[in-house]
Amino acid sequence: MAEAVMGRKVIRGQKPPSRWAQFKATMGAWGFMGPATVLVLVFFFLPVVILFVISLTDLSSSNFSDPLTFVGLNNYVRLFRDRFFPKILGNTFFYVAVTLSCFNVGMALLLALLTTHINRRAGFFFRLIWLLPRITPSVIYILMWRRISHQPPFGLINQLLAPFGVEPQYWLFEQPWLFVILVNGFVGASFGLILFSSAIEAIPRDLITAAKVDGASTWQSIRDIVLPMIRWPLLFVTTYQTLSLLTSFEYILLLTEGGPGLYTTEVWALTAYKRALKTYFGHNQWGYGAAWGFVLVIIGIAMSIIYLRVFRFNELVQEPKIDVL
Amino acid sequence: MKVELENLTKRWGNVVGADSMNLDVKDAEFVAFLGPSGCGKTTTLLMVAGIYKPTAGFIRFDGQVVNHVAPKDRNIGMVFQSYALYPHMNVFQNISYPLKLKKIPKDEMQKRAQRVADMMGIGHLMDRRPAQLSGGQQQRVALGRALVKEPQLLLFDEPLSNLDARLRLSMRSEIKRLQMGLGITSVYVTHDQVEAMTMADRVAVMKDGKLQAYSTPDELYDRPRTLFIAGFVGNPPMNFLEMEVVRENGDYHARREGFDVVIPSDRGEKAAGKGNVILGIRPEDITISDEGTPAEVFIVESLGRDDLINMHIGEASIHVLADPVLGLKMGQNVRLDFNTHKVQFFDPTTEKSLLWA
Ligand SMILES: Nc1ncnc2c1ncn2[C@@H]1O[C@H](COP(=O)(O)OP(=O)(O)OP(=O)(O)O)[C@@H](O)[C@H]1O
Ligand SMILES: [Mg+2]
Repeated sequence: MAEAVMGRKVIRGQKPPSRWAQFKATMGAWGFMGPATVLVLVFFFLPVVILFVISLTDLSSSNFSDPLTFVGLNNYVRLFRDRFFPKILGNTFFYVAVTLSCFNVGMALLLALLTTHINRRAGFFFRLIWLLPRITPSVIYILMWRRISHQPPFGLINQLLAPFGVEPQYWLFEQPWLFVILVNGFVGASFGLILFSSAIEAIPRDLITAAKVDGASTWQSIRDIVLPMIRWPLLFVTTYQTLSLLTSFEYILLLTEGGPGLYTTEVWALTAYKRALKTYFGHNQWGYGAAWGFVLVIIGIAMSIIYLRVFRFNELVQEPKIDVL
Repeated sequence: MKVELENLTKRWGNVVGADSMNLDVKDAEFVAFLGPSGCGKTTTLLMVAGIYKPTAGFIRFDGQVVNHVAPKDRNIGMVFQSYALYPHMNVFQNISYPLKLKKIPKDEMQKRAQRVADMMGIGHLMDRRPAQLSGGQQQRVALGRALVKEPQLLLFDEPLSNLDARLRLSMRSEIKRLQMGLGITSVYVTHDQVEAMTMADRVAVMKDGKLQAYSTPDELYDRPRTLFIAGFVGNPPMNFLEMEVVRENGDYHARREGFDVVIPSDRGEKAAGKGNVILGIRPEDITISDEGTPAEVFIVESLGRDDLINMHIGEASIHVLADPVLGLKMGQNVRLDFNTHKVQFFDPTTEKSLLWA
């Protein structure tokens, strides 16, 4: 029996696969990849194309019943000439960089390390608490933050700090960025927290024991063993969260609407939304908004490529565990 | 370094990992912890390493209590069943990691790691990752990493369990040779009694978290103090037969239905007149001969060099080692000669030896 099987293998190895076999293999691959490919095409690629087409027109709520007029790259020229373009771009990078490093990765990693180094049950409970902001409806969550940072005589912070002689103030107005970042960070941290802590818990106990016996302090064992071994989730969360922060705006919209004042906390995605779908006089500039949206897509794709290069994702991808014929 | 355990206990709620262990390891001694799965060998070892905090009792290194000394300050080397090599580091980085933590200068680190690697025969594999090594090579790296900082105590937790039988044999003698050469005090956890008996100066037999016996391999084998040790040590295991020992005309007879053997008086007198006792005899101390106790062959198992034969004597069943040349067959009637100088006697209620109490 064993010989027969081996014999077949040898024959297979010698003869190049027939055209029919090759065809079958190709079709098999497409069969498996097909549904996902269709989804990406229909729900990402196609909308991006439509977005681009719209961005080349002057489509708006005042002319949508007329035939489309193409205006070339006018919308893009207008965008880059916008007085607040540098401000919004700077805001966006500041918002993404600070939220990402302090919360979505930094805080998540810190909490993951903490909750995996204490009593198991306490750690689990702690992680559960950190999930609460994520499962709270956005409007309620933001309402809560607005109450916390409200102007005097209201505001939880004012009430709490009053006994210490701190002057009551409208915290959200005084420190809008602080709250924008806190609000997003508290939600964002839980994603990394879950991924990091499961990755840390998957590290074999013996490795940590070995490191301790080898002479490592807790900090050294984290630096030399734990962090290198969770490199993959770290890079994944960084990349994924960068992209989702770039495109997220709903909390900022609900919290500050990009203010206070002119464009203080306005980020790119929020501008795109406002231009396209929400202008004060009910004048929705779909074409112009689409141009903002399309530039954001380009920024996102550029960031992905940079991450792929810098982090060398190819090297992180392991060889397939199953050999396919 | 000398190691002493005093009433060492580890509990997690109701679960008992180790229960009042008392034991000492002399300087440069090689001690094996032997016992069935779940008896607390790893727990005890990890307390010695400082990974687990004892619930009660003391651990002393050279007379100093080290209960609260962190693992990194205990100067020990440890080898694991899983090898526990750092997967993201190559062989050199793995071996030199303990030195790096000690802030040893680079060139000396290089030299020492290379020396240890050469000693282990893996000097040419320095820039491979653990995943690119065979199990045996990985085990050598693990051993090298444990040795490189010249520890005062080596701890082994079933280091050879994942290796094939031949490699296990050669690694066994290699570890023993290394340990003797370097003179490092060692504690070696295993559930393989051949490993324990061949490598260790003294063997600590454990069961349910308790120390059952602690003595040299020969003594464990020839003078077992409890029924558990008699049955646990030795392969194939000792036969046990319930019987009565009586004195008749100056001779001591061990008797049961279909069985009557004269026992030398030094052993017989300790079992005589005690009612029912348990007689223990090893399969290799029973031979098939022309005269003696009649028995019937029941099952013949070939072990290669010997046949292990299950025989019936009346109601009782015993195992005997026999020469395959005899060609014994099921149902055949034979006679057995017992080497009565090797018999053991145990009290059936206390399970203690009547000979070596
Ligand atoms: N961290 C722990 N929490 C609770 N119980 C534990 C823990 N570690 C071990 N035990 C229990 O303590 C007992 C002894 O375990 P230990 O690992 O020391 O056994 P062992 O002798 O090393 O067994 P094996 O030969 O299978 O490795 C077992 O009953 C085990 O379930
Ligand atoms: Mg164990």
